[in-house]
Amino acid sequence: MDRLLGVMTVASLLLIALVLASVRREHIRVEYSISWLAAGLALLVLSLWKSLDQRIALALKIPDLAVTLLTICGVVFLGVLFAFSLRLSQLKDSSIKLAQRVAILEFRLETLAGQSANNTPARADAATAQGRLRATADVPLQPGQSVR
Amino acid sequence: MNKLMILIPAYNEEGAVASVVEEVRAVVADATILVVDDCSEDSTIQEARRAGASVLPVPHHLGLGGCVQAGYRLAFDLGFDYVIRVDGDGQHDPRDIPALLTALQHENCEMVIGSRFLSAANPRKLLIQGGWCRALGISLFRSILRPILGRPVSDPTSGFVGVNRKALDVFSRAFPLEYPEIEALVVLQRRRFRFVEVPCHIRERRAGRSSITAIKAFYFPVHVLLGVFVNVLLFPGSRIWRSLRK
Repeated sequence: MDRLLGVMTVASLLLIALVLASVRREHIRVEYSISWLAAGLALLVLSLWKSLDQRIALALKIPDLAVTLLTICGVVFLGVLFAFSLRLSQLKDSSIKLAQRVAILEFRLETLAGQSANNTPARADAATAQGRLRATADVPLQPGQSVR
Repeated sequence: MNKLMILIPAYNEEGAVASVVEEVRAVVADATILVVDDCSEDSTIQEARRAGASVLPVPHHLGLGGCVQAGYRLAFDLGFDYVIRVDGDGQHDPRDIPALLTALQHENCEMVIGSRFLSAANPRKLLIQGGWCRALGISLFRSILRPILGRPVSDPTSGFVGVNRKALDVFSRAFPLEYPEIEALVVLQRRRFRFVEVPCHIRERRAGRSSITAIKAFYFPVHVLLGVFVNVLLFPGSRIWRSLRK
C-alpha cells in the first residue's frame, strides 16, 4: 500500500510539474491549467495523507484502500475530462460561428469591391460570377438586420 | 419575383463541381448558384468560379453541416426566398430542381426532400443496391423517424433538399453540424413545420470520394441517433422539456 501511495505521490508531483512547465512555455493557458493543477494537488494530498484515505474508504464502504484510491483518481480525471469536453464543445460552436461570419463578411466585402470596380468605366466589362450573384440577389440588408 | 439560390456544398470536388454548376445553370438560368467551399485542398474554388458560380470559401474545415449553414445564413441575409441544396459531387440530377421548387411554392410546406425511392420502379431493390449496411441504416432511420415525425419518410438521408424562407430562418440559426439531413427533419418537426417528398434521380458520383468511410459508417448511426434523441428530448416544445422547466 505504501508503495502505491509513493507511486501516486511521484505521479501527482510529475503532473503538477508538467502542467506548470507547460503553462510557463505557454503551451497551456492559465485558465485551462487550473483543473489539472487541482487534480494533481488533490491526488498529492491523498497520497500523503493516509488516514484521510482510510476515512474515505470507510465512508464509501470499500474495504480495499488501493481500490478506493484508484476510484478517487478515476473520478477526479473523469471530472477534469468532462470539464474539458464542455469547454471544447463551446469553443467548437464559437469557432464555427466565427468562421461562418468571417466567410460571409469576406464574401460581402468582395461583392462590394466588385460592385465599385464594375462602376469604373475601364473595368465595366468585368462581368464576373460575383456580378451575377449581385444581379439576382441585390437585396440590401433590412434596417437593423445584420450578418449574424 | 421569388428569388432562388442553389446551394452547392463542396469539399475536394474539383472533378465534378464545374459540371454540376453548368448543369444547374442550364436548368435554372435565373437562379443564383453559390458554392460553399469547405476549405478544399484541391482547385474546387477555381473550378467553381470558372464555371460561373459565386463561391463562399469558409476559413477552416467546418464539416457538411457547418458549410451548409454558412450558405443558409448568407441566403437568409441576402433575402432569398428559396434555397435548394445540390451536392457538389454530381449525384443529384439538376433536372429535378424545378420539381422541388414547384413543391416548395405550392405544397404549403417549409421543406422539400428529393427522394430517390419515390422515383424508383422497385424501391426495395434500389435500397439493397446501395449495400446492406446502407440499406439497414436507412431502414432503421425510417422506422425511428416515423413516430417522431408522425408520418413516413422514404429517403431520410437525402441531401437533395429545398427550404423556404421560414425554414431558412430556423436553419440559419440552428443546424446540425455533422450528418445534418436526419436531425434537420427533427428540428423542423419540433417547430411544427411541414415537409413533402418529391421523386428525384440519383446518379453515380462523378469524382471524389464519399465522406462516409468504414469507421464513420459505425460512428454515423450512433451520432445521428444521439442527435435525434437530444432534439426530441430537449428542444423547446417537447413535453419532456416543458415538464423539466416547470
